[in-house]
Amino acid sequence: MNERRQHDTDELARLAQQVCERAAGNEQIEVCVSTGRSTTVRAYNGEVESLRSGVTAAIGVRVLDGGRQGFASAGSLDPDVVADTLEAARRNVAFGEPDPHQRLAEPDGVEPPGLDLGDPAVLSVPDSRKIAAAIDLERRCLDADPRISGVRVAAWSDGWSQSALASSTGICVQASTGSCSIGAQPLATDGDETQIGYAGDAARRPDQLDVDRVVTESTESATGQLGATKPPSEHLTVVLAPSVAAAFIGVVASVLAADSVLKGRSPFADRVGSVIADERLNLVDDPTDPATLGATNFDGEGLAARRNALISVGVLDGFLHNAYTARRSDTASTGSAVRGTRSVPGVGIHAPVISTGDIANDKLNASIGDGVLVRGVSGLHSGVNPTSGDFSVGAWGHRIAGGELAEPFREATIASTLQRMLLGICGIGATAEPLAGGLSMPPLVVADVALSGV
Amino acid sequence: MTQTTSTITPDSTAAGPLVDLDVVDATLREALQAGGEWAELFAEDRSSTGVLFDEGRVEEMNSGRDRGVGIRVTAGEVTGYAHTSDMTPEGLADAARTAAAVATRSQGGGKVEMESFRGAGMAESRVEVLPTAVGADRKVALLRAADEAARSTHEAITQVTARCADSRRRILVANSHGICAADDQVRTLFSVSCVASGDGGLQTGRETVGYTVGWELFDDCDPADLAQRAAQRAVTKLAARPAPSGEVPVVIARGGGGVLFHEACGHGLEADLVRKGASVFRDRVGSQVAAEGVTLVDDGTMGPEWGALRIDDEGHPTQRNVLISDGVLSDYMWDWLRSRDDGRAPSGNGRRQSYTHLPMVRMTNTFVTNGDIDPDDIIADTPTGVYVAQLGGGQVNTATGDFVFGMTEAYLIEDGKITEPLREGNLIGNGPQVLLDIDALGNDFAMGHPGTCGKDGQGVPVGDGQPTLRVRALTVGGTAA
Repeated sequence: MNERRQHDTDELARLAQQVCERAAGNEQIEVCVSTGRSTTVRAYNGEVESLRSGVTAAIGVRVLDGGRQGFASAGSLDPDVVADTLEAARRNVAFGEPDPHQRLAEPDGVEPPGLDLGDPAVLSVPDSRKIAAAIDLERRCLDADPRISGVRVAAWSDGWSQSALASSTGICVQASTGSCSIGAQPLATDGDETQIGYAGDAARRPDQLDVDRVVTESTESATGQLGATKPPSEHLTVVLAPSVAAAFIGVVASVLAADSVLKGRSPFADRVGSVIADERLNLVDDPTDPATLGATNFDGEGLAARRNALISVGVLDGFLHNAYTARRSDTASTGSAVRGTRSVPGVGIHAPVISTGDIANDKLNASIGDGVLVRGVSGLHSGVNPTSGDFSVGAWGHRIAGGELAEPFREATIASTLQRMLLGICGIGATAEPLAGGLSMPPLVVADVALSGV
Repeated sequence: MTQTTSTITPDSTAAGPLVDLDVVDATLREALQAGGEWAELFAEDRSSTGVLFDEGRVEEMNSGRDRGVGIRVTAGEVTGYAHTSDMTPEGLADAARTAAAVATRSQGGGKVEMESFRGAGMAESRVEVLPTAVGADRKVALLRAADEAARSTHEAITQVTARCADSRRRILVANSHGICAADDQVRTLFSVSCVASGDGGLQTGRETVGYTVGWELFDDCDPADLAQRAAQRAVTKLAARPAPSGEVPVVIARGGGGVLFHEACGHGLEADLVRKGASVFRDRVGSQVAAEGVTLVDDGTMGPEWGALRIDDEGHPTQRNVLISDGVLSDYMWDWLRSRDDGRAPSGNGRRQSYTHLPMVRMTNTFVTNGDIDPDDIIADTPTGVYVAQLGGGQVNTATGDFVFGMTEAYLIEDGKITEPLREGNLIGNGPQVLLDIDALGNDFAMGHPGTCGKDGQGVPVGDGQPTLRVRALTVGGTAA
């Protein structure tokens, strides 16, 4: 199959089904196929620095037999590669060891939300406009503040992908999705000091990208760190800016995935029905809101995506499940299988949403009196242990003194445990502020967090 | 649907070049048709296998195959890049034209100096036993032995995950200036992670070993030993107390903290960041940037280490680059584009994650060389502080040098002795300051664990290492009052 010719999703679905039809004996086969095209433009010094584009194709084949699992994937849909991939998955299954719960998802009768996510608008943007967008983003960052001395990266990216998933249990779904994004890393300089900022946005359509917000946030995150110093070490109340709150909630959601619970790697195992957070916290996973890039009609096993309550009034409602974890827990899948074409389905959150609180966002600082506003964190991948719940990340932001924003700080960490932080939530902003990808999140206030500096 | 002949050799073990050299020549000429000055073809064929052993059984065995080509064309400061998995001559020509479309500004265009690379383009693997030649049953047996060893270490061990993974990456790089080089890179990795349960909750311990070698990795490495170390680490942490909060002297065990130098100064010495003013080390060559005695090296030639390469992903031989010599900044790391602009030779640091990515300046194996102090004396000479046996991953703000990295195994130092284990936390510091604050350098150099370095969305394998050393003051991000 020549990949210069674009496949449509019907063709992909047929291809996936044809492979599934080769299931023999007790074999179950699941096939995920996808094609994609993408472009990334970077601007520097007022001209295009690089334009990268490409087409990709991929297939992932999962074979289950007697509770054993084998998987193989390849970066091509050539017929010989497809055949080789099926055979490789079959060879791999021979060495798996049986688990009676390990079977493919079965159609569960839940209707998908019927979202129209395949807006082809990104396909009609000519390269010249993408280049202009990146150059314009760089120029606007430079013009935003006299202290902006350069922009390390000003980029436009877009992608269009088509995929289909079929299984020998009768599942066959397909999807086309497009997205585009912009991102900037401006440098702010004052004397000998240089600071770097970042902000980005992503959307399904170019006209949904919030360039103003990216310019403002990226440049303010660079200039806001100028003159910052290392703060004294103390336990205090922190206000997490919406982007930081989103990062924190993302970590919380990861430990509510049933696979880590079943394998004894979640601090919240056996806590369903118990209070694990302050009563102000309500957390749901809502992939049915088409405004977010996390929206989807189907999960990674082809079951309908659905809205799942995870924490209500501080009480743990339940965990996120795929077909395997659900069967093992004697419950139903929550449609939370997440995967790429090249990997087996795991469990994860699609689009986290928390309820807003009752304190106006601009009154949060006043509500705590003294503490810090955390505007950015670093080292999330190294500083959070999702098994023990230990949480320690690099942080920068501003001190809050007498209810007012005061001097900036950097080179500090905030530390606690996920368990304590959830129970320590003592305020939620009344307005969810927009973040990249159509998500929105209110700021959060958390009491008794260790700030480490000098 | 048109069927055309694939130009890639169908069997990755075959000896021929990844792309027929006549097709390479034609593709590069096509790439320069529109006025580009320089063109490059990068072909890659990667295969990988992995076995995951969890909850006492083989949970998954997987394999993957990827092959494709990326074409790069430059004209002045503009770079065009196109990648495709369509390896037919027509597919490559399409990609060449796409890459060339944006790089059209020069007059006359470049020429392809093809003659110089006749007969090149092939490389033989240097490994002794290709992992593909090893039966899956042998891999499973090693994983099972690791699982049993970990579980028998202590009754508190409640969960064990063991994984072995291997990859083979064949590349061919050719450019219009006559470079034509190939490499055959094989890497093998084994890791074990354990969960221990106690009254205070759950704790984890992990050990990983990985080298740029084949299955001979296990000639010198016993998975059961590795598993017991991981299990013991988790069990030890059950009794851990909260780490301190604030600035303390920090002693880092040999091989346990090379990531500090990778983050604290390695990234800031990458010429692409320096050139854009995004490095705190810009304009500092020749200056004292570290304490006397501190020598920092990036060495892609370093035997079987995880970041070792024969050539970089632009076809240049890797080399040993001394970055800081006795505290004085001696050089940055360079890829082709940045060295071209500076009128100098590249340093073999142009790397990319795959054929779908543009290369940029990346580290290989980055390490601090030996000092002359007995490591025991360093600890005995530290009245109070933190002893970090193992650091985890990290992150750096290259503009300021501010970095964080996680401590996955750490202990208190009291009265010159290592005492109680500490819970996990991040260390945070400023790279330039830390380099100046190294006040003791041991004589017990060791390389550390295999790592994956992420930069601008691309991950590449890297190694790091250092002798036992002490930093006068680092901020420990614990919770102890």
